[in-house]
Amino acid sequence: MSRNEKGWKEISIGGVTSKSSTSFMTGDWKTYMPIIDLEKCTVCLTCVTFCPDGAIRWRPELGKIEFDFGFCKGCGICANECPTKAITMKME
Amino acid sequence: MQKNVKQETLGLNGDEAVAYAAKQCDVDVVAAYPITPQTIIVEKFSEYVANGETKTEFVCTESEHSALTACLAASATGVRTFTASASAGLALMHEILFVTSGSRAPVVMAIANRALSSPLNIHGDHSDSMAARDSGWIQIYVENAQEAYDSIIQAFRIAEDTNVSLPILVGLDGFTLSHTLENVIVLSDEAVRQFVGERKIPAVLTHEGKTVPYKLDPDNPMTMGPIALQNYYFEFKRQQEEGMKNALKKIGEINDEYASLTGRSYGNGLIENYKLDDAEIAVVCVGSTSGTIKVIVDKLREEGIKAGLLRLRTFRPLPVEELRKNLKNIKAAAVMDKSMSFGGLGGAVFHEVRHALYDEPSHPPIINYIYGLGGRDSSPSELRKIFDELVQIAKTGQIASQVRYLGLRE
Repeated sequence: MSRNEKGWKEISIGGVTSKSSTSFMTGDWKTYMPIIDLEKCTVCLTCVTFCPDGAIRWRPELGKIEFDFGFCKGCGICANECPTKAITMKME
Repeated sequence: MQKNVKQETLGLNGDEAVAYAAKQCDVDVVAAYPITPQTIIVEKFSEYVANGETKTEFVCTESEHSALTACLAASATGVRTFTASASAGLALMHEILFVTSGSRAPVVMAIANRALSSPLNIHGDHSDSMAARDSGWIQIYVENAQEAYDSIIQAFRIAEDTNVSLPILVGLDGFTLSHTLENVIVLSDEAVRQFVGERKIPAVLTHEGKTVPYKLDPDNPMTMGPIALQNYYFEFKRQQEEGMKNALKKIGEINDEYASLTGRSYGNGLIENYKLDDAEIAVVCVGSTSGTIKVIVDKLREEGIKAGLLRLRTFRPLPVEELRKNLKNIKAAAVMDKSMSFGGLGGAVFHEVRHALYDEPSHPPIINYIYGLGGRDSSPSELRKIFDELVQIAKTGQIASQVRYLGLRE
């Protein structure tokens, strides 16, 4: 394993996490990634509601949604739910 | 520590002795599900709660899986927890046994050892807790109701030691001990309270960078064991092994401290050496049958036969050094197993004891006797035959068969 990881004498017992859950990036699990077509997007935010990982953000200052690829696992629920078919899944 | 405090004698069976001890240990939460032959523990304890004799929060669960889960969850908040089970109940807890030890929750559990189905059998053998051998729990097996009482009190101190922080199982033979009335000498509530003390909690470093007690606390939030994959799981398992090593030392210390308080001790806490020092033949036994074997050893000694007994009190952690020291100069030994490891070379205790001696430059021939399954009685005359066999093996060095069955019809 990585030399940066700590040894058993250094870590807390019982599997206590050393970082908060937002520090553990899980986005590298994905095979497919969502691509948004902003022309078709009506900013209905259905995808934001449905994303099981909270990995889609509504950016009001930009007037559009944004994927957080640090956490997006490529499940495709957003693409499936999008009423205007603005999201498509592409092999990463 | 005050020496030999005032004690009184009560008539208790093994289960009642366990419940009485648990009541005196100021347990915060008991979650349990009754199962023969442990039922009396749960019944008696619920009586204590109903009578207001203890302030324990008593949770009646719908299964043993839930009972242990509730204990684990309560323990995670930093409180003292106790449960009891047996046989199929312990089997149903199996998943949570690992979660509890992995979470380093010092839950104390009494097991009234019983056979497992099928065929259905409610009587005593060690099949239940031996099947939980590798679940990360400390395992202590007692010889009589007195030791059951004493061991429950000691169990809280062992499990809650901050360098141990592991769950502990105290096994008492179903019916033979659980349902048999004995004179049990008990301490006062106050003496037990002082001996056990408040639960001690080890410190951990949280994600916020704070070093705080390892417990769920809104002021100091932490996440306990959510997931650890290839990168950290192995390290957490190695930590549990260290807890076991620390327990080996702690069990002895607690045994000594308890002896100075009560005048009662059980060997060195790990093993009991009964006339082994000059013995030529020896039997290794776990649990209540040791009592019968002691009587046989005495008889053999009167006849001039140098026989001895090693009672293995602590099975996990295994007292390897003690086994080596006490058995290496014996001329022939037999290990008793009250459970089977189907398809293996003998039973679990045999594996462990024989394995411990492998590296000794010289060690005795060791045979295995499977006995007492499903509560079958092992009479003194049958047990005596084991020693007769050992006399022959010591003389000839010849072992006809490694694994034998005591009192089994062909």
